[in-house]
Amino acid sequence: MEHYISLILKAVFVENMALAFFLGMCTFLAISKKIEAAIGLGIAVVVVLTVTVPVNNLIYNGLLREGALAWAGLPEVDLSFLGLLTYIGVIAAIVQIMEMVLDKYIPALYAALGVFLPLITVNCAIMGASLFMVERDYTFGESLVYGFGAGLGWALAIVALAGIREKLKYSDVPEGLRGLGITFITVGLMSLGFMSFSGISL
Amino acid sequence: MALKEFLHGIEHHFEKGGKYERWYALYEAVDTIFYTPGKVTSTTAHVRDGVDLKRIMITVWLCVWPAMFFGMWNIGYQANNFLLSNPDALMGDGGLRTAFISALAGNDPGSIWDNMIYGAAYFVPVYAVTFIVGGFWEVLFATVRRHEVNEGFFVTSILFALICPPTIPLWQVALGITFGVVIGKEVFGGTGKNFLNPALSGRAFLYFAYPAQMSGDTVWTAIDGFSGATPLGEAAVAGLEVVQQSVSWTSAFLGTIQGSIGETSTLAILIGGGVLLMMKIASYRIVGGVMIGMIATSLLMNAIGSESNPMFAVPPHWHLVLGGFAFGMMFMATDPVSSAMTNTGKWTFGILVGLMTVLIRVVNPAFPEGIMLAILFGNLFAPLMDHFVVQANIKRRLARG
Repeated sequence: MEHYISLILKAVFVENMALAFFLGMCTFLAISKKIEAAIGLGIAVVVVLTVTVPVNNLIYNGLLREGALAWAGLPEVDLSFLGLLTYIGVIAAIVQIMEMVLDKYIPALYAALGVFLPLITVNCAIMGASLFMVERDYTFGESLVYGFGAGLGWALAIVALAGIREKLKYSDVPEGLRGLGITFITVGLMSLGFMSFSGISL
Repeated sequence: MALKEFLHGIEHHFEKGGKYERWYALYEAVDTIFYTPGKVTSTTAHVRDGVDLKRIMITVWLCVWPAMFFGMWNIGYQANNFLLSNPDALMGDGGLRTAFISALAGNDPGSIWDNMIYGAAYFVPVYAVTFIVGGFWEVLFATVRRHEVNEGFFVTSILFALICPPTIPLWQVALGITFGVVIGKEVFGGTGKNFLNPALSGRAFLYFAYPAQMSGDTVWTAIDGFSGATPLGEAAVAGLEVVQQSVSWTSAFLGTIQGSIGETSTLAILIGGGVLLMMKIASYRIVGGVMIGMIATSLLMNAIGSESNPMFAVPPHWHLVLGGFAFGMMFMATDPVSSAMTNTGKWTFGILVGLMTVLIRVVNPAFPEGIMLAILFGNLFAPLMDHFVVQANIKRRLARG
């Protein structure tokens, strides 16, 4: 249990997807003008990561990694070069399926997530989490917890950024920096604040 | 009042269409230091108050003075004490500072004058560089962007100078305050429009860019080649018992310990901070929140305990006097711009800062000091806290009908 808690804390704070690895920047910068929208997107990312990372973990361990196909009589086959292709396909498929399931059974949540759900397919934080999972050799349980933690950290960061950007509506930014420019500076300063966690080893 | 007449006499040169129109910001800054501005608010929403922003800022600036003078004395006291037991050590930096100190004073740790001169030789250049370089950016932006030079810079400059270690190279001071003023504040449009504390963002920038001059064992005493950890750093490595052998709680409270220039004396900081609290310039909610967060978290850490990490065992009253905790709590966390605005938000903000400070100090082996990063971290979430408090209020009032 303790191991999972430290894994989740690490994924949320120390290795924050957005502010420590700068992953998922495009949606991070684009959908952070309003707190409400940022919360919706954040929840969507948490849900998608919690599902895709463990599923990719199963696929990697059951089909792709070296020796994984031993049950089929092919112990020396190594399909890990298909990794990138497989993960992105899995993510796209799962997002599509989830969209249909939500639409059918939980229409309120589907309406709340709206356009963000399909957008997430191309979010590099999602892909990044799957690749980290492979690189760090997580077990199924670990990848479940890691997916949830990574999503939570990303959601926390985008909601905080949206809060700051709503406050910055009242600021008086020099003309050349308005819009994306000042957002980049803001994100940089935010990750300075998140440096407080760097160096913690859990 | 010759000065007043002189200032009013030259005013028309600076107004629109005048000869020196571009320099209005500079004129306005000088004028309003001495006299209350004659302009009044012309639009609907305004507050009638005897105190304006400039007086508030100058009050804060004055309230930092006890900590500043104590800091200067302490630099000299630490150095002279070391010189007394090691007469061979090189006094000062071997250059201008040595010449200045030996010309004006001796090296007796018992003499207030000797200690103050020694400290002044180190603090005054740091502050002067902060003020000149930071002021340059401030005036440049004010002139080009046509806003007023704001006395907020007085506060930023002195706070920044006081949280530097005494031996910091002056070019780093210039770089740090430049980052703080330009990236931390002016790119957002000046005082009141930033979201991070400018002094702290400058300090954090230096801390990550030049760790050798901003942390470690050799930077805290103004003598070349001296090596000695701050009590907080020592506690992180060896445990509080080792610290207590050389430093008592009282001396840590009074401030005769190693540390950044203005952060050592909890007493001097509490005097200045107490005045700010009484004048309602600093929010008691934030200060109270930081205290609650710090005490609760450190008691929790004491209860958890750890075999390998001695910081777990540090009790709350030691957290209060070690490192920059008191300084950060009184002068940095209470910054009205970058902290939360709503009352509930202020409590939450304070508690988050207190909690994070202890967490960083205890759990993170990379940084012995936590308050600086904790406040920056709190600043990131302050707008969000305000947002949720406001939303909750709206919801409650709607439900009330």
